[in-house]
Amino acid sequence: MFVLLARRILATVPVLVIVALIVFLMLRLAPGDPAAVIVGNSGTSADIARVRAQLGLDASLPVQFAHWVGQLAHGNLGESYFMKMKVTDLIAQRIEPTVSLSALTLVITILLAIPLGVVAAWRHGGWLDRLLMGFSVLGFSIPSFVIGYLMIWAFALHWHWFPTQGYVRFNDGFWGWLHHLVLPAITLSIIYVALIARVTRAAVAEALTEDYIRTARAKGVSELRVLLRHALANAAIPIATVIGIGVALLIGGVVVTETVFAIPGLGQLTVDAVLSRDFPLIQAITLFFSVIYVIINLLVDLSYLVLDPRVRY
Amino acid sequence: MFKKAIKPLIAGIMLTAASMAFAAPNSDKNVLRMVPQADLKVLDPIWTTAFVTRDHGYMIYDTLFGVDVKGDVHPQMVDTYSKSPDGMKWTFTLRDGLAWHDGKPVTTKDVIPSLKRWGQRDGLGQKMLAAVDKFEAVDDKTFTITFKKPFGMVLEALSKPASSPPFIMPERVANTPANQQISDYTGSGPYIFKKDEFRPGEKVVYVKNTKYVPRKEAPSGTAGGKNVYVDRVEWIILKDGQTQANALINGEVDMLSWTPPEQYATLKANPKIQMLSPVPKGSYAMHLNHLIPPFNNPKISQAAIMSINQLALMRAQLVNKDLYNTCTSIYPCGSTYATDKTSYFTGKPQFEKAKALLKEAGYDGTPIVLMNPSDFTLLNKFPVVLAQLLRQGGFKVDLVSMDWPSLLARRAKKDPVDKGGWNIFVTGWGASDTMNPLFFAPMTGNGEKGWFGWATDPKLEDLKGQFLATMDPVKRKELAQAIQTEVFDYGLYAPLGESTNFTAVRKGVVSGLVDSPVSVFWNIKKN
Repeated sequence: MFVLLARRILATVPVLVIVALIVFLMLRLAPGDPAAVIVGNSGTSADIARVRAQLGLDASLPVQFAHWVGQLAHGNLGESYFMKMKVTDLIAQRIEPTVSLSALTLVITILLAIPLGVVAAWRHGGWLDRLLMGFSVLGFSIPSFVIGYLMIWAFALHWHWFPTQGYVRFNDGFWGWLHHLVLPAITLSIIYVALIARVTRAAVAEALTEDYIRTARAKGVSELRVLLRHALANAAIPIATVIGIGVALLIGGVVVTETVFAIPGLGQLTVDAVLSRDFPLIQAITLFFSVIYVIINLLVDLSYLVLDPRVRY
Repeated sequence: MFKKAIKPLIAGIMLTAASMAFAAPNSDKNVLRMVPQADLKVLDPIWTTAFVTRDHGYMIYDTLFGVDVKGDVHPQMVDTYSKSPDGMKWTFTLRDGLAWHDGKPVTTKDVIPSLKRWGQRDGLGQKMLAAVDKFEAVDDKTFTITFKKPFGMVLEALSKPASSPPFIMPERVANTPANQQISDYTGSGPYIFKKDEFRPGEKVVYVKNTKYVPRKEAPSGTAGGKNVYVDRVEWIILKDGQTQANALINGEVDMLSWTPPEQYATLKANPKIQMLSPVPKGSYAMHLNHLIPPFNNPKISQAAIMSINQLALMRAQLVNKDLYNTCTSIYPCGSTYATDKTSYFTGKPQFEKAKALLKEAGYDGTPIVLMNPSDFTLLNKFPVVLAQLLRQGGFKVDLVSMDWPSLLARRAKKDPVDKGGWNIFVTGWGASDTMNPLFFAPMTGNGEKGWFGWATDPKLEDLKGQFLATMDPVKRKELAQAIQTEVFDYGLYAPLGESTNFTAVRKGVVSGLVDSPVSVFWNIKKN
């Protein structure tokens, strides 16, 4: 396992280098100029040129890249062009809401999706299976912002059970933190419940056709134990893989839900940075996500060791 | 085991749900929660011209003069002032009680560098500095400005509400080079910025400056007494219009500074919400690139302007009749300089005349590039309708969609369109920008040194110079009219209409909004 860890850590380096190069080039070659955004509507071409010079954007691409890599080598991810704050501080401000939302979404998803998938597989082809799978198709067909607005209308505006928007920091009170996360987490979890329930159903249904299931039943093992201890356990690897992909998407790509519920997460930060062409922030966020995805993939691979004792690295 | 766990689990869920039930509205009467008109990113109102940064500036800084809702200038930080008979030397004395948020007194040592820093960035400020011979501090409270050439807009410049206003900052802050952002947000205004609670994209927090000494006059515009009746103001950043409306209806925020147009009807119909319009109407304009063909030919520019149908454009963009009106003047309708003498421009389409002009001018049918900021919901319907109007006027139009930052970058290009240049774009302005020809950035005729579009119109520059030099209000009106005529004759740009920006507040909860050329947030009470 230590060899696996070492190999993975070493493999991260070229991944980050390639990501850094691609995002650097894409930003500078794509249309849009942060200097033009900074000077605003009333500025002039001379103002833009002055700001470009101040930000070092008038230097050649290799010089700009070398400057950035030099900063990275000193652990300096740079400062936002707009907010005069270190990008690490900006990212740090946004991590808690994103992790909180992702974690609660994941808990809801796993608690719902896996039992639903197991039940659907157990009653494969029956009316319960068809009903559950029909709901899952609905779950990933309806856009998340539609679900979000419906949830807000019902549970916030109509019944006043939850707030319509916002995020309360964990340090400002657990119940306030949880209260503000329930609706967005449920909104987000619907699509993941749909996805993971289907994968669970397929994997468990396949496992239920195996000989060891027939053996377990023949030995008088209870049906619940057959489903959980034998079928689900052997179907865990593809489920864990999809959950891992889901976590990665949750961390980086829930900007629609964040916008609807005004959760100040990393998704919104990324979109804001892109729309204002805040190069240092976009570059730092991209590198950060790359590291996160590598870590998540590693954790998923390590989970195989726990879920399936036959797996060896 | 599972059966034993079920009952406590259900009990726990019910207890959690009960304790979380009923999201309460914001009932703290000492905290005003409002949604600003945009996300506040840049905190230096001299470094950027963004409206939201200007609004932030008015929270924490003060200005030497303010302008009331009628546009008249009044002293604000200044107590008394006088000028020499020839207007070449002005003397100002600061009023008592001015202090920075750190308790130190405001002195002329702070005022002079602040004016200099502002004058390096702001268009009118640059003109003023070019006319100034020297600033002199007579003592801690009195300073003079001596001019080397006539400058007729001293008070207008020092009270200017349009970006960038001449905010007064501590000397150490004002000495920051004008091409760098400040990092110290100490001001002398009615609120104090809480930097430790600032979360960009989430929340901006201000607390009442308990040591602020407001003027005794009633508040009006950026002039008069800046009294604060709440302890804390929180700007809650909500980007989605529906989310803003939901939060207001549910009482989670107390006001929306700028109501999203698509939410206007819903909020107006809600008995818990009151719609106010403390800020004068904004406007939109079609801007042309005069550096490259075809709009380097004034006749072709006029043809484009003749194709405009203000009613169709405004209705497409804003939909609800309460939110827009037509106005052919380049100045806000009803303001000091506005007139209906707009040459050939009627705001109604004149397609046959436009086509005739195109023929006379020898338009060769080259498609004109009209940029459409498809992500900018306040602007993205105009270009679509305008493209069709121009086609009906005889133009070939290439409607190019892009996001707003791409548009801003492309409009800075002076290249021909086949090398990434542009011909037309539409943008919006506040009344504080268009109420005075010298405040309005696009009003330039000095070629490539001027604003985007780079018109070369020596007559316009001469008229502006005369406007700047005169102190006679009658002469100024005549010159303003002459400038308006020249704008249309040259085909510099064309107004598309006016929009009313409503502020939505919780009815019976929020009161005291001040009518002002720009959004200001003192005098507000929360019941």
